[in-house]
Amino acid sequence: MAAPQFEVPKLSDSALTEVPEVQEGAMSHVKAFVAGQAAQEFLGYPWELGDDWKERVIGRMGEVLQKYRSVRVFLDACVHCGACTDKCHYYLGTGDANNMPVARQDLMRKVYRRYFTLPGKIAPWLVGAEDLTRETLDQWFNYYHQCSECRRCSVYCPYGIDTAEITMAGREILNYAGYGQKYSNEILAKVQKIGNNLGLPGPALEDTLAGLEEDIEMDTGVPVKMPLDVEGAEILLVTPSADFFSEPHVESLIGYAKVFHAAGVSWTLSSHASEAGNFGLFNGSYEQMRTIAMRIRDAALELGVKRIVVGECGHAWRVAYSYWNTLTGIGYGGDDPFAKQLQDQLDPRYPQPMHICEYTWDLIQQGVLKFDKSANDHRVITFHDSCNVARGSRMGKEPGGQFTIPRNIIKAVANNFHDMAAETIGESTFCCGGGGGVLTDDLMEVRVKGALPRMNAYNAVAKDQGVNFLALICAICKAQFTKVLPYYGFDMGQVGGVHQLVSTAIKLED
Amino acid sequence: MATVNIAGKDIEVDEEGYLINLGDWNEDVAAYLAQEEKVEMTENHWEVVNFLREYYSEYQIAPAIRVLTKAIAKKLGADKGNNKYLYELFPYGPAKQACKIAGLPKPTGCI
Repeated sequence: MAAPQFEVPKLSDSALTEVPEVQEGAMSHVKAFVAGQAAQEFLGYPWELGDDWKERVIGRMGEVLQKYRSVRVFLDACVHCGACTDKCHYYLGTGDANNMPVARQDLMRKVYRRYFTLPGKIAPWLVGAEDLTRETLDQWFNYYHQCSECRRCSVYCPYGIDTAEITMAGREILNYAGYGQKYSNEILAKVQKIGNNLGLPGPALEDTLAGLEEDIEMDTGVPVKMPLDVEGAEILLVTPSADFFSEPHVESLIGYAKVFHAAGVSWTLSSHASEAGNFGLFNGSYEQMRTIAMRIRDAALELGVKRIVVGECGHAWRVAYSYWNTLTGIGYGGDDPFAKQLQDQLDPRYPQPMHICEYTWDLIQQGVLKFDKSANDHRVITFHDSCNVARGSRMGKEPGGQFTIPRNIIKAVANNFHDMAAETIGESTFCCGGGGGVLTDDLMEVRVKGALPRMNAYNAVAKDQGVNFLALICAICKAQFTKVLPYYGFDMGQVGGVHQLVSTAIKLED
Repeated sequence: MATVNIAGKDIEVDEEGYLINLGDWNEDVAAYLAQEEKVEMTENHWEVVNFLREYYSEYQIAPAIRVLTKAIAKKLGADKGNNKYLYELFPYGPAKQACKIAGLPKPTGCI
């Protein structure tokens, strides 16, 4: 696993990233590893293309178009105005024309037109319709794994075309053809077999949490607990499994535990639902997404909790906020008996589910939590809006709460905060470069180059304001920046979670 | 599936050189994998690798980084029980690179 060889882009002199000249095919050599037999079969997909791959692709495409009308609308509506071309971090970082969102979509649009529209069937040369070839299918695989489904382009599209949905459809179709991505599909198998993306079995989780309790008590003198599978607890915390395993993720987990401790509330983690993340979203698979989300409903019912709180994970919060209601009945929407049982069980006085930042911010406003802000004085902090939180969800009661609440928490627990350039935050935020199933070593070149726009914005506040801490609320962002910051000359220790800052400053009592 | 020949034995590895069959591991294999990773194995490296294998055989997963740093602090001293020290030993990251040399599956997820 020697580090892959490629040229790291140069940081610019300003916070903004210059639009590069087009370099045709600059990233055509980058191909994610293809999923093997075990993962594909577990997920119910074929594991090699086979002679009938073309029929499978067109067949599944037809089903996708039926099922998701949005995909058909997006394929029809584009007028090639070009507004999206310079909005994608992967285009800005690589210059590959196929990483312009419109061009990435056109890889599918040309096939759609050929097989599913009348003009494309009778006069393909007039309407940019093309036969499906193996070359095109390979381009789908390469470039639909050079999109992190961050939806920045869709903010600027005058028609509101959501490129992420095209990417998701592309991956769904590839899976049905027997051409899945190793990283995402192995994780999808693990979460369904073991309960989390990492494959951390119950006993390992128990051992890890016991060790963390020891650490906190040694550190603070206060016996802060990390309860697991406690029936009758008030709150079920569902968090990405990286929070149990990795640095700096674990610092935020410690932060959540301290907040619960200070609030004096009973809470629990679940070994059955030890994962907030849901890669079903990334693959555009409603069925996978539902199966994974169901584990959380099962755990909530079994443990009899009154509230469900979600830890720092970007896409998990999008799935929780925007899909859990109809997927599982957490929130209103599901109408099967278990969904109804859960709705009766959950406390209607609180939003269900609730983001950990909403939870902490509520307590701060009520004056329940006390902080020594000076404990964070060695840090000059900025906040990176995670794409799925920024553009796929909300927090709190006010519009834009997903932007203000995390920043309000940081300002309540630390003295030094500076935002990055306005064009790179809020709903215009740039992806970290590793979202949407791209966070894998075989795509390191994509990840490093795709991080360029964020790195330019960070570099500017680092130089001008002395910023030395990039605060995050997403496990993928944390892992991605930890890996990528050093490529741009920053120490990986500058990456951490919002609840890591909370953890540093919070005052605890026995 | 690729195979590599180590000390006269064909051993299956994945695209990134991780062992397919955990049972194929021995110290020669570890030495080969370390060489591929350009890691020069010292006693301290072996402490990490051996702990990873012990933990894996009990829990069927590599230890979380905090579990690992604590175990290393106990064995090698408090000054070595931290992430920075582990990165000095295994520059590509202790989780991934040390697991590979220990013959364990690659930990993947949002890490």
